[in-house]
Amino acid sequence: MSEFIIKNGHVFDPVQGIKGDKKDICIKDGKIVDKVGSSAKVIDAKDKTVMAGAVEIHAHVAGPKVNLGRIYRPEDKLFSCTPTKGMERMGSGASIPTTFKTGYEYAKMGFAVAMEAAMPPLFSRHVHEEIRDTPIIDEGAFPVFGNNWFVLEYLKNHEIENTAAYCAWLLNVTKGYALKVVNPGGTEAWGWGLNCLTVKDPVPYFDITPAEIVRGLMEANEYLGLPHSVHIHPNNLGNPGCYETTLDTLKLTEGLKAKNKFGREQVLHLTHTQFHSYGGTNWGDFESKAKEVTDYVNKNKTITIDTGNVTLDETTTMTADGPFEHHLTGLNHLKWANVDVELETAAGVVPYIYSPNISVCAIQWAIGLEIPLMMKDPMRCYITTDHPNAGPFTRYPRVYKWLMSEKARKQQIEGFKHKDKVLSQTSIGTLDREISLYELAQMTRAGPAKSLGLAAMCGGLKPGMDADVAIYNINPDKPIANPDDIEKAFSRCAAFIKSGVQVVNNGEIVSNGNKRTLWVNVKAKENPQVARDINEKFVKYYSMTQANYEALGHHFVPNPYAIEVDATQV
Amino acid sequence: METVTITIKNAPVLYLEADTISPDAFAGKSAAQIAELPVFEGNVPSTLGKYFDVKGNAGATAADTKIVVKGDVKKVKYIGFKMTAGEVLIEGPADQYVGAWMKGGKLTAKGDVGAFAATAMKGGELIIEGNAGNYLGAAYRGDWRGMSGGKILVMGNAGSDTGMYMLGGEITINGNVDVHVMTHAEGGKVTIKGNAASKVGGQMVDGTIIIFGSLDVMMPGFKPNGEVELDVDGSKAKFAHFIGDMGERHKKKKGVVVYGNLYKKI
Amino acid sequence: MTKTITDVICPFCGTLCDDVEVTVSDDGKKLLEVANACVIGTEKFLHSQSSDRVTKPRLRQEDGSWKEISYEEAADYTAKLLAKAKKPLMYGWSSTNCEAQSVGNEIAEIAKACCDNTAAVCHGTTLIAVQDIGLPSCTLGEVKNRADRVIFWGCNPAHAHPRHMSRYSIFPRGFFTGKGQMSRKLVVVDPRCTDTAKMADVHMQIEQGRDYELLDALRVALKGEWLPDVVAGIPAEKIREVADILKSGRFGIIFFGMGVTQSLSKNHNIDAAIALTKDLNEYTKYSIMPMRGHYNVTGSGEVFAWQFGFPYSVDLTRGFARYNPGDSSSIDLLLRGEVDAMFTIGSDPGAHFPISAVKQIAKVDSVCIDPHLTPTSGVSKLHVPVAFNGVETGGNCYRMDNVPIDCRKVVEPPEGMLTDLDFLTMVCTKLKKLKGVA
Repeated sequence: MSEFIIKNGHVFDPVQGIKGDKKDICIKDGKIVDKVGSSAKVIDAKDKTVMAGAVEIHAHVAGPKVNLGRIYRPEDKLFSCTPTKGMERMGSGASIPTTFKTGYEYAKMGFAVAMEAAMPPLFSRHVHEEIRDTPIIDEGAFPVFGNNWFVLEYLKNHEIENTAAYCAWLLNVTKGYALKVVNPGGTEAWGWGLNCLTVKDPVPYFDITPAEIVRGLMEANEYLGLPHSVHIHPNNLGNPGCYETTLDTLKLTEGLKAKNKFGREQVLHLTHTQFHSYGGTNWGDFESKAKEVTDYVNKNKTITIDTGNVTLDETTTMTADGPFEHHLTGLNHLKWANVDVELETAAGVVPYIYSPNISVCAIQWAIGLEIPLMMKDPMRCYITTDHPNAGPFTRYPRVYKWLMSEKARKQQIEGFKHKDKVLSQTSIGTLDREISLYELAQMTRAGPAKSLGLAAMCGGLKPGMDADVAIYNINPDKPIANPDDIEKAFSRCAAFIKSGVQVVNNGEIVSNGNKRTLWVNVKAKENPQVARDINEKFVKYYSMTQANYEALGHHFVPNPYAIEVDATQV
Repeated sequence: METVTITIKNAPVLYLEADTISPDAFAGKSAAQIAELPVFEGNVPSTLGKYFDVKGNAGATAADTKIVVKGDVKKVKYIGFKMTAGEVLIEGPADQYVGAWMKGGKLTAKGDVGAFAATAMKGGELIIEGNAGNYLGAAYRGDWRGMSGGKILVMGNAGSDTGMYMLGGEITINGNVDVHVMTHAEGGKVTIKGNAASKVGGQMVDGTIIIFGSLDVMMPGFKPNGEVELDVDGSKAKFAHFIGDMGERHKKKKGVVVYGNLYKKI
Repeated sequence: MTKTITDVICPFCGTLCDDVEVTVSDDGKKLLEVANACVIGTEKFLHSQSSDRVTKPRLRQEDGSWKEISYEEAADYTAKLLAKAKKPLMYGWSSTNCEAQSVGNEIAEIAKACCDNTAAVCHGTTLIAVQDIGLPSCTLGEVKNRADRVIFWGCNPAHAHPRHMSRYSIFPRGFFTGKGQMSRKLVVVDPRCTDTAKMADVHMQIEQGRDYELLDALRVALKGEWLPDVVAGIPAEKIREVADILKSGRFGIIFFGMGVTQSLSKNHNIDAAIALTKDLNEYTKYSIMPMRGHYNVTGSGEVFAWQFGFPYSVDLTRGFARYNPGDSSSIDLLLRGEVDAMFTIGSDPGAHFPISAVKQIAKVDSVCIDPHLTPTSGVSKLHVPVAFNGVETGGNCYRMDNVPIDCRKVVEPPEGMLTDLDFLTMVCTKLKKLKGVA
């Protein structure tokens, strides 16, 4: 395989503590190495920034609700499509890109890995078909567990071993990556049109609380020693005052320690924190509680978070929090799609316009930035937009601009119709911190990789790691004249090497590379009870046979990469 | 105002997509440059000059440009697409998307036009002296933001789905209309001087429909609300007033619920 | 000796039953028996064993006769046809698997064609409605486990989806529906007294063409507003009674079919039904689901959508995707004389399209990929037989509720017969060469 040497670049690698030093990066046979021969291809990164490929910890890019969003929004593609060009297939979709466009856009921004945030297990074949058709980037998917009938029944009796056995089985048959929890208990209540808005609201019929579900799944996660922690979208998303439910959820981590062989230190990952940091009692007195939430996370090292930044675009919300989407369509009267999934979960989709002229949207924007600016440890705070919920992932460079330039933030605030309200209801006006390139590398590479249990493989430039190297047209030695240059530089990298193959050159795709599907293969102890329960539920309650549910042949996952977990010795 | 006259010389075998026939695309160009503007016949890119004879130079801006389209353009789509100013006169019948997404200017079609005329119109004036096809002044698929401004006059009949998801502006049809008028509308006005069929005002949130002729079947969601005298185009007449669609959601203005209004001449 | 293959998926209709059992000869070459499938599904499997199957591609000659040619020559012909055409239409896709649909998409993109599936004559109008108003829906297992109010509007599952009621919607004893059909109330809306209507607790024998009005009236009744005495032939008291029945359930589901998707108002009927479903969610829990016809039309919609962004009637002629039924839809394209070449696969437009559109297919250069002799193959210039998907080759398919199930191969195809995927891959390679694409 090819050898590369990236010369003269300013390297930012939190894994090795390199903070912008001029250093050569050597690549051979898909890995970072100490040195290469004289025939290595030279990429000159003089006056440029070099980082490991970025790691997307949470985005909705592949699966049934994503595609439902595409199907039901032809207007998302009006006048904005890109034609077939060279080796690039045609692309379309402003807020919900097609799979080809998704892969190309992530690669052009220097992303190596993306995690599909929520996979309904019954639909695993669909998720994997879309992952397979997303070029270049490695992907994994998180099956959802927080409203699963097996989990609800086992955890009612606090049967951690059985829960763990079921989780292991489900991860294996769906080739999933982690235990995702969305609106625990509430989405099962939604099967009857109801919801759980606090951690203590019992789930109809199953009579278990969200607190018991979340705590139990965290215990099962550590019992198995999985690479990632439980990844949670707590109850009560998006409602004024919801920060209390968020803190109640975070407090469930108390007393738990991470147990795994992957270097992961957190027991819980809180996702799109912006949507969960609201105070006030209604949309009129709506205010930021970013400080209260980040205070707690700052003090508790067993929690990692991602931001969920609002980008002020017309976008599409989509989530397994079915009842929330029903609530949202009641507010904005825009078209509402919903799919309840038997025994497992649900999903909802509603378009949304984050207008800078609406004070609530502007406050949401501010909260999304307050959170990373108030987080003390960039290794535990990652930048996302919960794509496409708070904005399309193609806006990440704009979010970086706002974080790295107080001037850019001030410009945006000046443009708000209700500027005074934004300043009174949040503390964005008082925050002058500017994220550095090193911190950006922590928040977009090394941090998410570590949280996912992939620290040995990606997110850094240490010899032995995968050769995912991104080069950006930004010179750390020059002060930034115009903050828009930050956005421009991170939108199209000068070059991107993925698994040792150059896939992007001057912002253009030059190769499809060799994408992999990352999944976790758990070897667990035999559990005849759980095996029998699974069998019984398929015979009685599922609409598909067990054999067909478990079918995930090679044509779905043509290039799998299994992370092995041995949970037989627990 | 400068006038550019384009006369069809080679009819397309299939259909011609000529979204460059607009004052905005022609502005600032000479006849030779206009002839070089791109058009498509199926997947084959071509130029306007291969199909049309082009005479005259355009004005400096769209507002200074008038276009006269002569000859048989029954198979030409997108005439007047996205125009913002200026004038277009189509002398014969034209195909789909006449004036689609227009924002201003004046477009006159002396013959019939096909479906999707004035899609998502934002402003300007469209006069169709013949008949209009389906989806006149309607929204694009999936978009809840339909026609929001401007004026359309159809001297003949219109097809189905007139004014779907309309938000503003006015459509007047001198002849008859087919099913589905102002479905899902949230504003705007449609006046039908001839006869309507059925499914008029279905799922309407707000807006106004005036029917002079007959209406085969009234939507059950339209509740009788007495009689009024209206002045339409300078003449007064008595109309039965209906409010609705009572099956749909409605907004409140100053604490009072606002319904859509349907007037049928008595 | 024989062997029995279980968990077989029936490749006929959108019900996509996956509990079928097929017995084949030990050498896997003969299909002998089918268990659990309905009569239609059983015949789908058994008829693959016909001794008079077309086994080689055949090209129509000047004198009207057919000449057998090789798959290689057929692929050459097809690639040339697509390379030359200014606006080819690639239609069908509904009776083949997603892997083949994906290669078909690649071909359409290179050829800059229009591509469309059978939703164009079926639930395409449903998709338009979903695009205009959304879709509160669920998977079929939710119906089985929770539904106590079932509405069949403009569809006749007793005939068109024979096992639907026993597997999902009326008879099963689910988790919360232990009393089976006794836990459910059935409302049928149909101008005819069908076999499905005969089973109903309430049959609203609606006046044809007035579904939109009746749906509006139900929404009005839910809001307690004024109604005229009679709507769509149904008295107002009956409408209010039915509104109460719907409202009083704890989980309702509306299933609908061609009776509303392809009658007067089309997409507006579905739009109004979805609006009614949305309204009912203010009182209780309701979902709505289209009764998809072909077993993988849903899959074609899904693959078109994740690769191009639209579920059917996709126009790729400009090198990027565009969509507008009425402009980019198959029947309109044919009737208006907009296409100059026709490629049909996994469907039978010759049987289902208006005759004036079929005459257009006969006029242009055309290819028909189908194991059967059909009206489409009859008017096409090239007929290419392929293996039966779901019988002689596997591949992913999507059920009417969008659930993906991987179909199985249970028996060998006739000697030398290719699958759709094989043939399309050949065409793709040849087309790329002709177009000078890598």
